[in-house]
Parts: sequence; C-alpha cells; structure tokens
Amino acid sequence: MARTDWQPQKIPSEKFEIVGIKQEETEKLADQSVSFWKEVFLRFSHNKLAIFGIIALVIITLLAIFVPVFSPYSYREQLGIYNAAPTATHWFGTDDLGRDVFVRVWQGARISLFIGITAAIIDLIIGVLWGSISGLAGGRVDNVMMRIADVLSAVPYLLVVIILLVVLEPGLLPMIIALSITGWINMARIVRGEVLSIKNQEYVLAARTLGASTWHLIKRHLVPNALGAILVTMTLTIPTAIFTESFLSYLGLGVPAPTASWGTMAAEGNKALTSAPWRLFFPAFFISLTIFSFNAVGDGLRDALDPKLRK
Amino acid sequence: MLRYICKRLIYILMALFIIVTATFFLMRLAPGSPFASERAFPPKIEAQLNAKYGLDNPWYIQYKDYLVDTISFDFGESMKYKGRSTNDIISESFPISLTLGIEAMILAVGIGILLGAIAALYHNKLPDYLASTIAVLGISVPSFILAGLMQYFLAFKFGHFPVSGWKGFNYSILPALAIAITHAGFIAKLTRASMLEQSNSDYVKMARSKGLGKWTIVIRHTLRNALMPVITYLGPLTAGVVTGSFIIEQIFAIPGLGKHFVTSITNRDYTVIMGTTVFYSIILLFAVLIVDILYSVIDPRIKLKGAKK
Repeated sequence: MARTDWQPQKIPSEKFEIVGIKQEETEKLADQSVSFWKEVFLRFSHNKLAIFGIIALVIITLLAIFVPVFSPYSYREQLGIYNAAPTATHWFGTDDLGRDVFVRVWQGARISLFIGITAAIIDLIIGVLWGSISGLAGGRVDNVMMRIADVLSAVPYLLVVIILLVVLEPGLLPMIIALSITGWINMARIVRGEVLSIKNQEYVLAARTLGASTWHLIKRHLVPNALGAILVTMTLTIPTAIFTESFLSYLGLGVPAPTASWGTMAAEGNKALTSAPWRLFFPAFFISLTIFSFNAVGDGLRDALDPKLRK
Repeated sequence: MLRYICKRLIYILMALFIIVTATFFLMRLAPGSPFASERAFPPKIEAQLNAKYGLDNPWYIQYKDYLVDTISFDFGESMKYKGRSTNDIISESFPISLTLGIEAMILAVGIGILLGAIAALYHNKLPDYLASTIAVLGISVPSFILAGLMQYFLAFKFGHFPVSGWKGFNYSILPALAIAITHAGFIAKLTRASMLEQSNSDYVKMARSKGLGKWTIVIRHTLRNALMPVITYLGPLTAGVVTGSFIIEQIFAIPGLGKHFVTSITNRDYTVIMGTTVFYSIILLFAVLIVDILYSVIDPRIKLKGAKK
C-alpha cells in the first residue's frame, strides 16, 4: 500500500544531493551499515513533507541566529511607534511598547528552539541511560527501574510542570528542568524495548560466542540498531516541548520580560487581537510552522526507518 | 485481570502519594504567601491567620495534617476567598468543566474518525489530501492560538457565536472546538493509518470479493477493527482535554475548574492548589486505567501485562 509511488530508478539525481549532504553526520555514526542508512535517506528524500520540514527548520534556525544580530533594532528597544501595522521598516509591525515585532519574533525563536532542543537532549541523555541500563541489567534491577518509571509516568505531566514552575520562579533554566522532569520516561521505555529485543537476537549471541566484549556489543550492535528509534523519538519530543513551553508562557509562567518566547508573544498578541492582529499572527504562524516541521521530519524519519516498508 | 487491576490501583496510589507529597513540599518552598497581598498585615493578625491555617506548626505536623485531610478529601477553606471551601469550589466549577470536556471529547472523536475514514477511503486522492491537511493543521496549531482566532473571527467579527461567558449551549461550541481540534487531528491520523492497514487484510479482501458495497465494508468491517488505536488514545485525550481547559476557560472566561486552578496558582492559594491538583490527578489516573481495561475488554487479543504471570 505505502510503496505505490516508490520507484528508485525514477529519482532525478539532483534530489539525492540536497539530502545526502545534510544527512552525512548520521551516516558517520553508522559506518558499519551504510547500505541501510543509504536506503533510509532514499526513502526519506521521497517524503515531500519531511523535506519541506527540514528546509523550513533550517530557514527558521538561520533567521533565529542572524536576525537579532544584524537587525538595526534590538528586541527590547522601544522605538516610540506603538502598535504600528507592518511596513517596510518594521516588517511585522510594532507592539504596544513600540518594539519591533520582527526582531522579537526571531529573538523568541531563539528561546523557543533553545528550550525545545535542550529539553529533548536532556530527555535523550537520561532516557538512554535509564533505558539501556534497565534493559541490559535485566532481572530485579530492570524491574525496579521500570516500576519507578511506571509510577512517575502515571503522574499527570502538565500539573507537575505547572507546580514546579510556580515554585522555581519563571526563567529559562526552570522551564527546561520542568519540561524534562517527566519527559525522559518515554525515551527510557523505547530504548529499553529496543535493547531487550536486540539483546536476544541470534547475531548478538553469535557475537558473544565469538568472544565480543560487552562494550563491542554496545558499540557495534546496540547503538546502531537503536539509533533509529531514538532519533525518531527525539525529533518528536522537540515539538511537544516547544508546544508545552508556549502553553506555559501563555499561562504567564514563561521566561520573564523583556525577553519573550513565541508563547509569551502570542499571549500578549491575543489580548491586542482587535487592534493589532499582527502581534498574534506572526508568533502564532511560526510556532505552528515549527511544530509542523518537526512533526513532519519525525514522521518522515519513522517511515523511512520502518523495516515493514522496506523492499 | 483482577490481579492486573490491583497492581494498577497500587501504582495509582503511589503516584497520588508522590503528587501529594511533591505539591506539599513545593508549595512550602514557593516564594510568596497567600497573605502577602496588597498591604502587609500587622504581625499579630498575620500570626493569627497562620495559626488558623496551621502554618505556624513545624513542617512535619503540617504534612501529617495535610495527608489526613487529603485522605478524608477535605482540603479546607480557600486562603484567598474567605468562607469558601475548596470542596465547594470544586463541586461548583467541576460540572462546568465536565460539560465542556465531554463536549470536546465527542467533537474530537467524531471529527477525528470522520476525517480519518474519509482520508483512508479516498487514499491518495483529493479528499485524502484535504482531510490530512486539516488534521495536520489541527495538530500543528496550538489550541490557544486557535481559540484566539476563532473568538476574533467567528464571534467578534461575524457574530455567529457569543464571544465569552457560560450561559448556555451556544457558549460552549467555540471553546469545545478549540480544545477538540488538536485531538481530532491525532485521531484522524490514527484512524487513517489503521484503516489503510485493515483494508489490506484478508477479511476485507474477502468482503470485497463477496461483492459487498464500499460503505458496507467500511461500517461493518474495517472501521470496527480500525478503531482500536483510537481507544488507546482516549487516555491521553482525557488528559489533553483537562489541561486544554486551563487555557481555554481563561480565554473564553468560563467559570470552570481549569480557570480556578490557574487563578489559584497566581494567587498562591495553597489549599485550592492542592485540592484541585489532587482532584485532577485522581481523575486522570483513573481515566487512563479505565481506558486500559476497556481496551482489553474490547480486543480479546490484548492480554494485559501482569495478567499472565
């Protein structure tokens, strides 16, 4: 069903180049099984939505890095023009304190992306450690570690995050801590599942019979095989983190003024919707585009990595 | 089965204990006090207020009192609104949130399955692209943005709906939609994927070769089996509807529990925060349990973990 339009011979050659360059790092990690990853790129490059997502994310990241540096205005500078509609000098208009919305959107992008990506990396580190130790150790250790994860995951996520933020005072670091405090459980479960299924494979048994060390097993077999699932989970964690961050900022628990994430800007924009709709529109558009792009890339990766769709 | 439920109940109790303990200590650590509002009280009055709420006791006494109160489900009087008990606030505002939540869930499931089924039936044709685009948009656009836009365009600009408040069915449509659409998107995605999977299965081919009509196959065969993943989504859906209400009730000025929860946080109204947190936790934990049990009842192929041991 899903491979109706998938024909390797018909791919124009220029399509390979774009993605091939961007995915080189991934290739490096799995030098032993190049053919598999090549196949993954091939399928991934066929997914128009995923490619669109990658391009959108690259553009958003570049703008977030360079706009605040090269803009004539700073994100906190009050220019004396209040709630002005978008013009040639202020592309996205100005807000109620006379600040340039264009710069603020990209300054906000820095914060939203930073929070999302850092939270995902922390989830990754804790989750991979917890999951692989649990899966490799097995027995009682595994049981105890997974029961802890079970109980923690039963705790409603947003309630904990909200209460933590109330206590920790709004800020960048508290936000990241609050987001990753229960976020790692999903990753830990997935990694453990992968480790368990790989651990019992015959080729691992064969390698062990041939005298391979545990470290060799981890490096050569476990990591390359679990990498796909980890990558997909991480790509899909980022949009959740960005969404949660904007949700919390909307409730007034975000980073303190004058810095503003997309969520804070959207919350302020919502209040001024009747008089200055651009103040909601631009941050809202970029939150949605970013969440969409990460989801598209994550879904694309999952499809590309799915052995069921391989032929 | 019974063993599994017992095990899950123990998890729920442990999770509740963690939540209760964590909220207690976090609230004690939190800067600000419920009495530190507009102007400072004379020290004597403050001491008396602290004595009334037991805030002058050492922490372990407070903790013990708090645990006892929680078990007897008596969270005491609000520290901000004199004479109103937390239980009153919950019992007054929860029915509103419940109505809104049920409406949102019905909308989410209905729209989601409809979109998903259309997309799967017209796989890779225009209706599929349309339905999938709507689903993807629903997932990508945060609910609070959607709520703001709907409030502005549908209510304020064109006046089809009331802008805010809670005075009847009309008032609930926009907020329920705003909460529902993200989840409808997820459900549509799930339904589409699992219907496509089912339509390749032998029993569907069999039904088709018998000459059954397209819609008969969908309603009698495919959809019934394709809805399994949707049922697993009901747990997260409940959680999403509850948390969604925090913001949506704020935007549409609905006097529900979500609004009280957020207000109590900004007011540092300890008793109300703890009461609502525990209340929400109980609802969410049991919702997930019920969904898991439901799932195994509906699909005999699923064996609950722990049941076979």
